[in-house]
Amino acid sequence: MTSLNAAASPVLPLVYERSAGYWETVGRRFLRDKVAVGAALVVLLLMVLAVFGPWLAPMDPYQSAMLKRLKPIGFEGHPLGTDELGRDMLTRLMVGAKLSLFMGITPVVCAFFIGSLIGITAGYTGGWVNSVMMRTIDVFYAFPSVLLAIALSGALGAGITNSLISLTIVFIPPLARVAESVTTQIRERDFVEAARASGASAFTIVRVHVLGNVLGPIFVYATSLIAVSMILASGLSFLGLGVKPPEPEWGLMLNTLRTAIYSQPWIAALPGAMIFMTSIAFNLLADGLRSAMEIKQ
Amino acid sequence: MTLANDEVGGSTQPMLAVRGLVKHFPLKKDLLGRSAGVVRAVDGVSFDVFKGETLGVVGESGCGKSTTARLLMQLISHDQGELVFDGQTVGSNSLPLKDYRRQAQMVFQDSYASLNPRLTMEDSIAFAPMVHGLPEREAIERARDLLERVGLAPQRFAERYPHELSGGQRQRVNIARALALQSRLIILDEAVSALDKSVEAQVLNLLLDLKEAFGLTYIFISHDLNVVRYMSDRVMVMYLGQVVEVGDSETLFKHAAHPYTQALLSSIPTLDPDRRTETPPLAGDPPNPINPPSGCRFHTRCVHAQAICSEKMPVLAPAQHGQQVACWMHVAGAAHTGAPDAQGMVKPLEVAA
Amino acid sequence: MKPETSTPAFVDIRQLHVTFAGGKKPVQAVSGVDLRVQRGEVVALIGESGSGKSVTLRTILRLHAEKKTQITGQIRVGDQDVLTLSQDQLSRFRGRVASMIFQEPLLALDPVYSVGQQIIETIRRHENVSEAAARQRALALFERVRIPSPERRLQAYPHEMSGGMRQRAMIALALACQPQLLLADEPTTALDATVQIQILLLLRELQKEMGLSVIFVTHDIGAAVEVADRIAVMYAGRIVEEGPARTLIREPRHPYTRALLQSRADGALAKGQRLETIAGAPPDLTNLPQGCAFASRCKMAVPECSATRPEVTWLAEGHSVRCLLAQPQSNSQQVA
Repeated sequence: MTSLNAAASPVLPLVYERSAGYWETVGRRFLRDKVAVGAALVVLLLMVLAVFGPWLAPMDPYQSAMLKRLKPIGFEGHPLGTDELGRDMLTRLMVGAKLSLFMGITPVVCAFFIGSLIGITAGYTGGWVNSVMMRTIDVFYAFPSVLLAIALSGALGAGITNSLISLTIVFIPPLARVAESVTTQIRERDFVEAARASGASAFTIVRVHVLGNVLGPIFVYATSLIAVSMILASGLSFLGLGVKPPEPEWGLMLNTLRTAIYSQPWIAALPGAMIFMTSIAFNLLADGLRSAMEIKQ
Repeated sequence: MTLANDEVGGSTQPMLAVRGLVKHFPLKKDLLGRSAGVVRAVDGVSFDVFKGETLGVVGESGCGKSTTARLLMQLISHDQGELVFDGQTVGSNSLPLKDYRRQAQMVFQDSYASLNPRLTMEDSIAFAPMVHGLPEREAIERARDLLERVGLAPQRFAERYPHELSGGQRQRVNIARALALQSRLIILDEAVSALDKSVEAQVLNLLLDLKEAFGLTYIFISHDLNVVRYMSDRVMVMYLGQVVEVGDSETLFKHAAHPYTQALLSSIPTLDPDRRTETPPLAGDPPNPINPPSGCRFHTRCVHAQAICSEKMPVLAPAQHGQQVACWMHVAGAAHTGAPDAQGMVKPLEVAA
Repeated sequence: MKPETSTPAFVDIRQLHVTFAGGKKPVQAVSGVDLRVQRGEVVALIGESGSGKSVTLRTILRLHAEKKTQITGQIRVGDQDVLTLSQDQLSRFRGRVASMIFQEPLLALDPVYSVGQQIIETIRRHENVSEAAARQRALALFERVRIPSPERRLQAYPHEMSGGMRQRAMIALALACQPQLLLADEPTTALDATVQIQILLLLRELQKEMGLSVIFVTHDIGAAVEVADRIAVMYAGRIVEEGPARTLIREPRHPYTRALLQSRADGALAKGQRLETIAGAPPDLTNLPQGCAFASRCKMAVPECSATRPEVTWLAEGHSVRCLLAQPQSNSQQVA
């Protein structure tokens, strides 16, 4: 039997031709999409705001001034006006980015991990395990997300942590479904069969072959959920179930500025505009990622 | 395990003995739990694969050859029957599944779907050896060496991705991957069917070279009868989940005994413009394995069918030129006018050419 | 010597060039194809992937996206100049004068209508007949293509039929309006051997009965020989050899045709004898060489081959080849 350990190769170092890896190719395609790049920049900006907001903001977000309540946009010293307690809107919007984004992104990230775990396990195992897991997930999926979020928040009680938990639970089912569906498709492919034929354990196959092909689409879907999460979190805060005053958070600001909608409509709309802009940016980012990842052979 | 593997059990012991393989796929049950039936994909298949040979497997849609391939690789588990490799039952304590998988590997038809789009060629090839304990460096070395063996310069191909290679090149990588565990039995499931003819010729030559270099045994599944004839030492013909004829390749092509085999061979388009086919040898489509006919499964389309054919199923028995046939016309003393009588005297038989 | 044709050909393709824009570089799928098909004649176009055979076929019906495709040359079918037809004229041309059958009937037939409905709709679209009359014709068509229990099958949906039956249904659909030209794009490639031969013979029969002209595209030389009167071999978007089936198979003159015929595995070969292969790789259609496209893979190439595109050399009756090394006399074979 011929030995396969080649001792016959030349001693000179061979230069191996490399080609762009998958993620490199995705990156290049993404960068060519102007809309997606624009959206990515906006998201980046928001992240910067979220992290550095408190330092960058011109004034103190908690400092109220009863004499300067609901001043309009362009008022001296307050470029975006003041809110119903006289606090500077620009400052509160900037500092609010941190909490709003935190409430938007954290549940999705947690749900991404938990949902993927459930979905990939169910998808790869198949059979009755799959059925049990996915039908249980479907029970939660059947509830409209807003109602579910409110119900869970109500049950757990108000507060940031509890609303994060309830939002995570809301997002686990859709992510698990997507994960399961993509995994099932990949499992049927010949290269997975070939991996099974080589005697690899299920865990190894999932790690080497399934994850690389599956996490991408799930991630893209998760990105599109961030916008939803932000809106739901704002909704919870609006209802008093999430963030409590005087914390600056866009949803909460929408609530407290409700009554100002007749006297200073532009001011009242500002937090909404921030939420709107953020969701669009995340959605376009997710879209761009999805297009970049569809590499046809 | 560096003992002379080819001599395990001696040269007469088949490398792989398949006995009575059965695989039925249940159809979906309706609301009340009543099943709509089963697809009898493989219904009692037995054959041997001898060391160092190429066994060709032919048959049309529904014959069960792909399912058989997957059963041989244990990608799906059989309902009944057993596989014996080098005298040991696959899946038993003496030959656990993982060890069997080192000995037998498969090359699939779709060269693109067989490769992980996220892995480089060398990573794909090195995966199996690493699973079986080879350190990464050595596994990559082996992968590069194999790429060289299959005619792909490692400098150019080792770090490429599947979508950058042509169909023929990808199939070479798949072959390299099948050899990565130093297996002795390679199952080629329509491995060249999707390739252009000129590329197919190159890959077939490669397969011949590799067989000689590594002392391999092939099971060559294909619908292309010419290619099977060229590649195989022995050929097995399947119909509706059963083996209807098996024997030496040349004998089978020249003196096909089973009416289905004869029809199949006559269906090959001629290359002679003056002698075109006039009538199709077989009417209708290959039937569905859900409700196979009773008795001999081919009797509904066979020109020689008689009463016994629909009543009792024939089993593989020796025929005139040394092959094995499952047909009542070749069983001495059978209640068929075409069968030899009890003394083995063959009566003149109108065989549809 | 160029054969004198007294009757003008029914299908006359001249200097057809088809280029696909849209990718990074334009793809020259067809680079100068001349083809003539007489009435009632069957011509097979054989070649491998990338040869341009399917593109040529589809251009006859102008199936490619108008915006991304540049077509020059002339295609005449009967007395119509296909490339200059308006959209209206084109839709009357398709189905009535020329129709097409495809490789995969499941993709070509509409899954939500029964096959009978599809045939009836086609008939009524082109001709002014009642539903009942159209149904009668559909039934007759089904009988003609040898579908058993035709009345029942008219109501079947495509997915309910077996592969061979579907292909017959597609043939019936293509012939519903009695076209004069049938274009077949690898119709038997996906079929089992025993079904393939049935369909090939059916096509031959129908062709004779109806006096159809047929252009049959395939990569399988055997299938081509079973149906065709003449065979044209394509490589890199050009026809490299063309002639009567008998002549082409017995005396191929182009190195590519020879190599194709020799690389077939067939029973005549001794076991273990290596197959003749064609070295190299298929041509890059975005970057066609100046000279003969096959030169880089040709065993007999001389330096001149890479410089000049070979013109057509007429050998014996109706047999032409594009090769600098081919001599017109059929006796002295320069090409070894």
